[in-house]
Amino acid sequence: MHPKLTLATMRRVLTQLLHDPRTIGLMFVVPCVLLGLLAWMYQSTPHMFDRVGPALLGIFPFVVMFLITSVATLRERSSGTLERLMALPIGKFDFILGYALAFGLLAVVQATLASEIAIHVYGMHVAGPEYLVLVVALADALLGMALGLFVSAFARTEFQAVQFLPALILPQFLLCGLLVAVDALPGFLHGVARCLPLTYAVDAMGKVSAQANIPHAAYHDILVVVAFGAAALMLGAATLRRSSR
Amino acid sequence: MLETAITAQAITVKKQGREILSGITCQINAGTLTGLIGPSGSGKTTLMRSIIGAQRLSGGSLQVAGLKAGSKQLRKQIGYVTQSPAIYHDLTVLQNLHYFGAIVGASKRKVTEVLEQVDLQSVARQLGSTLSGGQQARVSLAIALLGDAPVLVLDEPTVGLDPLLRRDLCGLFTQLAAQGRTLLVSSHVMDEAERCDRLLLLRSGKVLFSGAKNDLLVHTATHSVEDAFLVLIAAATTSAGSQKGQN
Repeated sequence: MHPKLTLATMRRVLTQLLHDPRTIGLMFVVPCVLLGLLAWMYQSTPHMFDRVGPALLGIFPFVVMFLITSVATLRERSSGTLERLMALPIGKFDFILGYALAFGLLAVVQATLASEIAIHVYGMHVAGPEYLVLVVALADALLGMALGLFVSAFARTEFQAVQFLPALILPQFLLCGLLVAVDALPGFLHGVARCLPLTYAVDAMGKVSAQANIPHAAYHDILVVVAFGAAALMLGAATLRRSSR
Repeated sequence: MLETAITAQAITVKKQGREILSGITCQINAGTLTGLIGPSGSGKTTLMRSIIGAQRLSGGSLQVAGLKAGSKQLRKQIGYVTQSPAIYHDLTVLQNLHYFGAIVGASKRKVTEVLEQVDLQSVARQLGSTLSGGQQARVSLAIALLGDAPVLVLDEPTVGLDPLLRRDLCGLFTQLAAQGRTLLVSSHVMDEAERCDRLLLLRSGKVLFSGAKNDLLVHTATHSVEDAFLVLIAAATTSAGSQKGQN
């Protein structure tokens, strides 16, 4: 590991994105617009917006980072730049952490923008400290990134990479507790939901936004999300091969 | 005696049950420019990927600069250009060079120097995606030159280039070899071979010839590499046929 190369990779990924202002625009604007739509929908039941809004603040960075990372790493694999890098003196973790830092930075901006607008413009009520909302959103972003990196190894084309969203992310969304409370799910599905990282992400966001005194369980949730992310990053690193059979 | 940079001993590579390389044995001396010539599908790219350590061998041994191919220490010693340009299309030429330069520890001056060597100063601030195929290939080549690697493995670096530019690049390759660097340059075009002093001819995963170009021409009593290639193929098929006959 060389911090210099990690930073060089981060700078490179950010520079690539800067040449694609439309993607950046979509990343930052879409969550804000969707939260606005949600606030409007729940105009007559603001307590529902206070429940669903924070959960979505956690889900947006998760989904966006998953998509961007899986397509970006797939591109590296198919353009030959990954093979080139793997033949050079750069560590796998310099590469992965470079991506994590670059996308993490974007996730911070995205989450800050979305939560500031949701709280101060749309009037979303958050009981806990705002910075914790950001911490949870960032943990979710890293989780999405790590999963995206991992699944990109199993996709040959960008079409396949995008299909992993309904295959891997949508079930987590359905079971995460936003539509039906996790405890109210039938026994087997309850067990499944308890094994999925997004359940903990949404639970953490719910606890942070509902109570001014943050219960320990919320920190436990955040740790679980980070642990899932770290495990997926390790698996992702294992898919970066220096040589093929 | 010359130092050897690359030594292959009966190397075999199988992919999905198909044998791509069947017992390649050859030596490439340090400070030489060797043309790796063969029709497409003959195994040139697989041999090059084996040398840089991206392809695992099914058998045999392969040493580069005294180390086993694929060794960690070799990553600083080999510059590699893939057949299709491996560059970032959403970065400018300079941004590409600066990123890869950071990895191999190249100075700003080195970046400027390499840019001149491949004659890309005029498009230095253009995005990779806006370049022509030949320009992209040159960016890819420039990246491989950044690290001053003693061994350069270049997979068809001059395909589709302007004849004048091709001549200049061949001049650059000769000059680099004269500085003591070892170059292995592949091509499926026979007339490229005329510019190399040493040749490694490959066909169907086997070595047809390895050595000096002059020896090849004397040995086959021909005047061009293309004719020599035909003579060697004819000789190889008759000997295979007579072996079959003996059985």
